[in-house]
Amino acid sequence: MTDLSAVPGTAGGAKKSSILEADARTRRRNAAEARFKVYGMLAVATGVLALILLLISILSNGLSSFRQTFVTFDVPLSAETLDPNGNRNPDEMSKVSTFGYSPLILNGLKEALSARGISVDEVPDADLANIISRAAAADLRDFVLANPQVVGETLSFEFLANGRIDGFFKGRVTYESAERDSNVTPDQLRVAEAMVAADLMETRFNWGFITGPDASGQRPESAGLGVAILGSFYMMLVVLVLTLPIGVAASIYLEEFAPKNRFTDLIEVNISNLAAVPSIVFGILGLAVFINFAGLPQSAPIVGGLVLTLMTLPTIIIATRASLKSVPPSIRQAALGVGASKMQSVFHHVLPLAAPGILTGTIIGLAQALGETAPLLLIGMVAFVREYPEGLPQGLFDPASALPVQVYQWTQRSDPAFVERASGAIIVLLVFLVLMNAVAVLLRRRFERRW
Amino acid sequence: MNDMRLTERNVTSSEIKISARQVDVFYGDTHAIKKVDVAIPDKTVTAFIGPSGCGKSTFLRCLNRMNDTIDGCRVTGDILLDGEDIYDKRVDPVQLRAKVGMVFQKPNPFPKSIYDNVAYGPRIHGLARGKQELDEIVEKSLRRAAIWDEVKDRLQAPGTGLSGGQQQRLCIARAVATSPEVLLMDEPCSALDPIATAQVEELIDELRERFSVVIVTHSMQQAARVSQKTAFFHLGELVEFGDTGQIFTTPKDPRTESYITGRIG
Repeated sequence: MTDLSAVPGTAGGAKKSSILEADARTRRRNAAEARFKVYGMLAVATGVLALILLLISILSNGLSSFRQTFVTFDVPLSAETLDPNGNRNPDEMSKVSTFGYSPLILNGLKEALSARGISVDEVPDADLANIISRAAAADLRDFVLANPQVVGETLSFEFLANGRIDGFFKGRVTYESAERDSNVTPDQLRVAEAMVAADLMETRFNWGFITGPDASGQRPESAGLGVAILGSFYMMLVVLVLTLPIGVAASIYLEEFAPKNRFTDLIEVNISNLAAVPSIVFGILGLAVFINFAGLPQSAPIVGGLVLTLMTLPTIIIATRASLKSVPPSIRQAALGVGASKMQSVFHHVLPLAAPGILTGTIIGLAQALGETAPLLLIGMVAFVREYPEGLPQGLFDPASALPVQVYQWTQRSDPAFVERASGAIIVLLVFLVLMNAVAVLLRRRFERRW
Repeated sequence: MNDMRLTERNVTSSEIKISARQVDVFYGDTHAIKKVDVAIPDKTVTAFIGPSGCGKSTFLRCLNRMNDTIDGCRVTGDILLDGEDIYDKRVDPVQLRAKVGMVFQKPNPFPKSIYDNVAYGPRIHGLARGKQELDEIVEKSLRRAAIWDEVKDRLQAPGTGLSGGQQQRLCIARAVATSPEVLLMDEPCSALDPIATAQVEELIDELRERFSVVIVTHSMQQAARVSQKTAFFHLGELVEFGDTGQIFTTPKDPRTESYITGRIG
């Protein structure tokens, strides 16, 4: 108790200094601190700037992909062309190829144009037909084969406009560029403008981009993300169902039960190493093990899911162990002290406290897996897939695409309309990632007990 | 040492609850406890005192095999509870710990409600046959821990929301809820203020009626206040063991005398 009675300030024989005046050493320290703050703010600003630039570039390129130009007009479904035998038998009608349907669409378009007083005499028929998407004839054929009774009637249809025409309304194509472009003529653009004025053509939100399947390089306007989203969703299901139990069980065992010896140390080091293995290596592994050895189908979400599981497991194990470690040991002791078994203490007390951390780790791991491209390229998910996979569980074995792979694929295609769609796909991917992270935050808030 | 009250207290039972013979404890290569012999009587408060690191907590944790959870900890010698070796291969430490309860240095209630904290032990040991019986056990335990009046209106409130002293009494309630025979307390008051300490000490004295209580404490005053028997540990050895009054007034060993007069510690 004698310390308290010491009178401060008189100790030692040092020269008396005023606290109103900073000495040189204090000034230097303060300057260093101020500099460090500036560095920190610069670092943060750099990060924020990079993020803003990324968002601006993607949004400016990609937002337009959610809007698409549609053409609406009546198409006479002439019975002579579509059902020469007149018995409405879909099997016989299916002999009529899309080449049979194209003239019908062209005729309908011409009629609609002349009815609105738009003169198209100087535009060749081929160019006129090209205002409509190449996918139109196939779509019409699918519709007629599905509803044979409509043959002979004249129905109003809505078709996608050709990608270049669509690009014209989005500012990608201009009269000047059309002069140099063999795929589009200024005349087509003029007609398109007149059609917009006559309410035949409009640009609006395009669900087809989110729900539709991919399309070939010739028809970017009808390419959609449906198969990719479904494929990614299936893969995430596989990853979630496999990584959560395996990862949590492995972590609990390693953290709570395993003896600490050389062998478990080795396992621990290797799990950390595994988290740093380049993802493409997992792709090779998946190709060798799941496709070549186990004989699972190529391009299937099950294989993609398994590969991504391998890749995500270390992340989840590390996150789970960290959150188990953060549970205070006093809780374990308390449980053991009242006679709980080790497992009871873990499952009744430790695990509920670690749950928010585990969930966050799992969702972050899933988000990482969702954006992973390289391993999927190696197991054939880069294939062009137009067919939707079946429902679960068979759908796991059907060919499918995945969101990041779809982005990669679209950036490879020559038509500039695919640049827009690739950016649009990135937006969709980012939205999913943001949603997953939001769920992680919400779950954390929900389960975190601050008492 | 003026506040040391060596009150009149009788060792009510001469029956030996726990007896340790030639107990050695090793942490890896460290020899933490050296050849300790001690006989802890039933229905008595036995205090372990000694300077920091002398092994008193380690020895306490041997008595309900909490040391099993520490890697590299090895215990040799015999510790008998009612004549049965608790380190026998056939003994399940989980079952043992239901008989030998423990209260820790820092109050460590589960992050659950007050009710669930106390009910946890009886639940996992299947001591209550129904909700009503469980309610009774909870109430009885909370009453024994002298905290019932303070919490009876908020049994569903979180246990971690109580004050430090209340939390510690809650932990004591939790420990007595499994009807143990021995209650081990590892410095139960070191994280508490003087008033809470006084309450817990009073409680310990009451618990003596039913349990054999072993308490580790840094405070010699506390040992003098609450215990009937005192064991003095130094550097892993049991230096002296005897009636508390005798240890504090006429220690036989010069080391004990040095410690209680404040020369070592």
